[in-house]
Amino acid sequence: MSNPTTEAGCGNALFAELGEFIEGQSKGRDALIPILHKAQDLFGFLPVDVQEFVAAKMGLPVGEVYGVVTFYHYFTMQPRGRHTVNVCLGTACYVRGAQKVVEALTEELGVKMGETTPDRRFSLTTQRCFGACGLAPVIMVNDDVHGRVTPKKVAAILARYE
Amino acid sequence: MAIKLTIDNQPVSVADGATVLEAAQATGIKIPTLCHLDGVSSPGSCRVCLVEIEGARTLQPSCVTAASEGMVVKTTSKTARQARKLSVELMLANHPWDCNACVRNGECDLQKLAQDMGIAEVRFPYVKPATPIDQSTDALVRDMDKCVLCRRCIGVCQDVQGVGTLAPRNRGFDTIVGSGAGDNLCDAICVQCGQCSAVCPVGAIYEKDSIEDVWGALDDPSKHVVVQTAPAIRAALGECFGLEPGTCVTGKMVTALRRLGFAKVFDTNFTADLTIIEEGHEFLTRLKKALADGDASVKLPMFTSCSPGWINYMEYFYPNLIPNISTCKSPQQMFGALAKTYYAEKQGIDPKDVVVVSIMPCTAKKFECERDEMNASGFQDVDYVLTTRELGRMIKQAGIDFLSLSDGEQDSPMGMSTGAADIFANTGGVMEAAIRTVYEVVTGRELPMDRLHVAPVQGLQGLKEAELTFQNCLDDWKFLEGVTAKVAVAHGLANARKVCEMVASGEADYHFVEVMCCPGGCIGGGGQPRLTSNDVRNARIKAIYAEDEGRPMRKSHENPAITQLYKDFLGQPLGHKSHELLHTGYAAKQPAATS
Ligand code: SF4
Ligand code: SF4
Ligand code: SF4
Ligand code: FES
Repeated sequence: MSNPTTEAGCGNALFAELGEFIEGQSKGRDALIPILHKAQDLFGFLPVDVQEFVAAKMGLPVGEVYGVVTFYHYFTMQPRGRHTVNVCLGTACYVRGAQKVVEALTEELGVKMGETTPDRRFSLTTQRCFGACGLAPVIMVNDDVHGRVTPKKVAAILARYE
Repeated sequence: MAIKLTIDNQPVSVADGATVLEAAQATGIKIPTLCHLDGVSSPGSCRVCLVEIEGARTLQPSCVTAASEGMVVKTTSKTARQARKLSVELMLANHPWDCNACVRNGECDLQKLAQDMGIAEVRFPYVKPATPIDQSTDALVRDMDKCVLCRRCIGVCQDVQGVGTLAPRNRGFDTIVGSGAGDNLCDAICVQCGQCSAVCPVGAIYEKDSIEDVWGALDDPSKHVVVQTAPAIRAALGECFGLEPGTCVTGKMVTALRRLGFAKVFDTNFTADLTIIEEGHEFLTRLKKALADGDASVKLPMFTSCSPGWINYMEYFYPNLIPNISTCKSPQQMFGALAKTYYAEKQGIDPKDVVVVSIMPCTAKKFECERDEMNASGFQDVDYVLTTRELGRMIKQAGIDFLSLSDGEQDSPMGMSTGAADIFANTGGVMEAAIRTVYEVVTGRELPMDRLHVAPVQGLQGLKEAELTFQNCLDDWKFLEGVTAKVAVAHGLANARKVCEMVASGEADYHFVEVMCCPGGCIGGGGQPRLTSNDVRNARIKAIYAEDEGRPMRKSHENPAITQLYKDFLGQPLGHKSHELLHTGYAAKQPAATS
């Protein structure tokens, strides 16, 4: 498969580093997960061309690599935005209307959960309980906790992050 | 060491390491299964084979549970029956139950399980979100809504074929069988062998249907529609009508095709014989250049080229071997090229009105006939390919009572063939057919082997080798005096890979290698009636050898229709016309993930 990122200059240094890392690992399937961790650390996410690179280097079918990437929530094929918006879907938040907040966020940003806005400003994710149930419903933007969020407040919160 | 256990109150003794399922089978006790595939894989995921084992806390899947000394197994207890039924009910809850419109209606493992277990209604609502049907390749259709996640296709694609196109992706409720890293099979490295479709228990992977196209051609009075049948069809088609595997139905098949309205019923065997003449001469020419002329540019071993799945595999994974691959087209494509030139000319028919239909055991043949280079006649040489399964369906659609048909005979000239062509159907057959002719060309004597069989290359062992020493050669071939030719035969692409690696590393010094993509060869092709187990493979192979031995002519160079073809049309083997019509070239495809 043609591999634009590897051929074009931009990612070459990263691919070279990943290549070296792979050489240093044991041969065989067992090394796949640590290698994907490394790749995600380097690239920030695991686009298909990175997966193809890993597959080719390891002598594995790309479908198998893809299977592992899509199996573990830790791995993402989406580039991360500059800011990560994390909505708590724990019981307390859920009961107090977190779902409405999710709707407001997806509408405001125009992307679905797990996605990143085209301008790479925000990535949208969810999590089970931040342990701030007293403030439910809660969202976190990067490391900032925002409590008692209502759909109406969403736009104002996002506006604080450039 | 033998292990003794009790299954349904019957004492059973099995070898150490056997599973409970195997122990039950050895006693004639049938436990239902779905994901388990003999000799390939048992992911133990479907839980259709649950049994009760005394002392075990929960029910155990018998296909992955080892039998142990003193074990007491119950397969028919209420708990076991109910648990198995629930497994199937849960599967059905994730399944669009539209059997009437499904390609597998009446021959579906899930449908059969539901029937056997007495499931009359589905208690759970259908909630699976619809996935678009993947029709992106010429050979296969994937309808993942019907998939029951048994993973048989994955086991075959990864382990038997070693291609690894298919893999599970996502998790839990979202799990599906993915191809490569994209949505469509055409974007993945897939050789289109169809082995996945041959093992799928339901209507989730199947051949792309060409039946309507063929009916269209047959119903068009301006078309002259001829048909060729691959050597492997006759040993398997009967299974579509309930006959035992290994029942040869050549005569009935011919009559059925005539009844369907084909103008001529020809035989791919004819061009299988022709392949032996062309490929045999190509092999001898390579030997001469390499051994007598010292021409280092000639590559040995020469690999056979009749299997389009193998050609795909080679183009993806081992393009360095391209100079080693015989330039002969497959018999199917040789047939198409000649039907629209030689035959059309002889009959005085405009080749544009000739439609060539192939009946093939193979889904990759559907892809092959669409390859850009397969139009030597000035038209697409082969118009439509039907698998054995499709032909079975077409005969049923026509309302023909197959079993009561009388035997017919193929038309001449392109229906005449020898026993050497029959055995193209199975692993080792092309090699044996080639050796029968090559030996006789070189020495002027018949191959001195029992019933003309090259025993070491027969059978289902994955990789087979044989040696053949030329003695008392004819004058033209003196350079071969005392030379021992080493040949190898591989079937199933995982075995082909082993040969390719050995050749690439220089570890093997073969002269000639036969590769068939599918396990067992074409008789085990991806388009054959389901389910092809090793027992079925052996039965079909036996039928093919019986067909061969029953023939008056058993060597390709004895086929008078082939002699006539060279006299009237082609000139000589490897001549100008042959090169134009019967030979081809190959090109590397996208670099494979494993290169
Ligand atoms: S796959 Fe089987 S059960 Fe499902 S719709 Fe088709 S025939 Fe019916
Ligand atoms: S056609 Fe063959 S290579 Fe392609 S997915 Fe199926 S088994 Fe794998
Ligand atoms: S596609 Fe067929 S063989 Fe493959 S997992 Fe699904 S049901 Fe099983
Ligand atoms: S057949 Fe045993 S778990 Fe599927």
